[in-house]
Amino acid sequence: MRFIFKTHYAQDIVLAKHGGHWFWYGALMLLLLAAPWLFAEYWLAQMTLVLIYSIAGLGIMLLAGFTGLFSMGHAAFLGVGAYTHAVLTNMGVPFPLALACAAALSALVGVVVGLPALRVKGIYLGIATLSFGFIVEEVLARWESVTGGNAGIHIKKPNLFGWVLESGDQFYYLCLVITVAATLGILNLLRTPTGRAFVAIRDSEISAQSMGIHLAYYKTLSFSLSAALAGVAGALYAHNLQFISPDQFNILQSIDLLLMIVIGGVGSVHGAFLGAIFLISMPQLISMTKDYLPAAVGQAPGLQAFVYGVVLIAFVLFEPMGLYGRWLKVRTYLQMFPFYRKGMFKRQKSFQKSDRLK
Amino acid sequence: MLFLQLVISGVAQGCIYGLIAMGFVLIYKATETVSFAQGELMMLGAFCGLVCMTLLGFPYWLAILCAIVGMALFGVVLERTVIRPILGQPAFSVVMLTIGVGYVARGFITMLPGMGTDTQALPVPYKDQIWNVGALVLNVEHMAVIAATAVLCVALYALFRYSKLGIAMQAASQNQLAAYYMGIPVQRLNGIAWGLASGVAAIAGLLLAPITFVHANMGFIGLKAFPAAVVGGFGSLPGAIVGGLVIGIVESLSGFYLPDGFKDTAAYIVVLVMLMVKPNGLFGEKLRKKV
Repeated sequence: MRFIFKTHYAQDIVLAKHGGHWFWYGALMLLLLAAPWLFAEYWLAQMTLVLIYSIAGLGIMLLAGFTGLFSMGHAAFLGVGAYTHAVLTNMGVPFPLALACAAALSALVGVVVGLPALRVKGIYLGIATLSFGFIVEEVLARWESVTGGNAGIHIKKPNLFGWVLESGDQFYYLCLVITVAATLGILNLLRTPTGRAFVAIRDSEISAQSMGIHLAYYKTLSFSLSAALAGVAGALYAHNLQFISPDQFNILQSIDLLLMIVIGGVGSVHGAFLGAIFLISMPQLISMTKDYLPAAVGQAPGLQAFVYGVVLIAFVLFEPMGLYGRWLKVRTYLQMFPFYRKGMFKRQKSFQKSDRLK
Repeated sequence: MLFLQLVISGVAQGCIYGLIAMGFVLIYKATETVSFAQGELMMLGAFCGLVCMTLLGFPYWLAILCAIVGMALFGVVLERTVIRPILGQPAFSVVMLTIGVGYVARGFITMLPGMGTDTQALPVPYKDQIWNVGALVLNVEHMAVIAATAVLCVALYALFRYSKLGIAMQAASQNQLAAYYMGIPVQRLNGIAWGLASGVAAIAGLLLAPITFVHANMGFIGLKAFPAAVVGGFGSLPGAIVGGLVIGIVESLSGFYLPDGFKDTAAYIVVLVMLMVKPNGLFGEKLRKKV
């Protein structure tokens, strides 16, 4: 057990609460920095993909996990970012500028989608964003003069003011830097009044409003920040694959993003990363176990969807806090050994208040 | 004449959307949760019918009956095993859960050896028949959809208006707690609502199957039924059918008169406009949440 002796108010909001945090996150950082020497190229590429999805996951976590608005069309923002970035990069715009434009345009689109979000909530918002996602996908497919239509477009290597990132290692470091920046940004945001306002809106709109929080402003802000992060992730995603087409940003991608944060753990920054690791490693695990399964099951194309579905159902039923919640339990068990009690994380049954009350 | 033709095919397509949307609405009214698995339930229903007809060799009507009853039972079991344990959790959890159910259903069907990955035609007696009424060419498959939807609407109306079960369900959907105090078994009714919704979805699947084909991804049409439900007002059964018809007709007309690409997005454009203009839908009641 560790007891933190607080001597200063600033200790309540400091990012690293104690020496253990410094040690473990430092070790993780060192591992990530040394990764190109430690892991084979294939695994490094997978780690790059994990980092990219984590950025998108942070965005959707901010929206769904901390503001309580859930978007079923987040792949659209990913797509807007990816296409903006690809078009600008191919025109010869340097990487940071193109990335900023991609984020800005995504954020702008996020504001446009966020506006109806002020009037509708819950499932209506889900359907509005779902519809928006379909429309964006169709626009990307039809606006052939810019996006190349269903044939997709290729994208050049990232160009940092004349320094072209050719190798996978360099691109990995680029993704790492952006991910760390995004993570610190989100962590910092969450301890500012803005972040607290988001959380207040998530917990109760009415009480947030009565505390003087401007709902429209903060909801739109959350949408645009989330969309901007998705746009950044989209830009990196485009570089990673070097080829993008509209069907990479369809409804299944949106659902994958949601699945990622639910499995990672809604409402925790760690969850975005754990979910991304899950999302990227799951297909690998499935293809590894394929050989041991009977051919009829192992070779079926639907196996992945089946496993995803089962895992998703299992998490919602048995571990609603996701992988991060599971880790919290394990950690508490270890910290309190042997005094852990069964009911410590008992789910409170909070009967949903009807939205239809007169 | 062409216009009328387009409207009729739009109405037929709209009936399918309406039937699936009716499933959403039934479940939403009963349990205040939204099922994203409705399209997949429809797909399962179509596959059930297909298996009964081709593999088991049942006659047409028996196969239809088996598929509908089978899916209704499946719905009840589904509610009992996965939905009921998380009632009371945030709506988001239930949405993710039903998405998971949809994934499992789709994955399961594609894993069926020999039929999962192919597209099959459902052998119905009225396949490829055409009626000529004046200058109109009526596709019997479309007519069957419209007729079956009309019959189903009347049946459901009668159920909710006259039967004890229907009245109890209305009560439970208006106020669960009060209904519970009156001795209505609310949980059992939730199960029955899921069963009804699955049965209706199976009917939609069986009606749609001759028009498109039976394949594992036909459930994605369920995503177009959401706009139908919203346009009609999410909590209203007649609204679901009207919404479905609106979406179907708009889609059919825009496919012909507007440039490419509008056919697939028409439904979503309509719903976005609807949400901006009248978020409660055509038949939705105006509600405010009390603190």
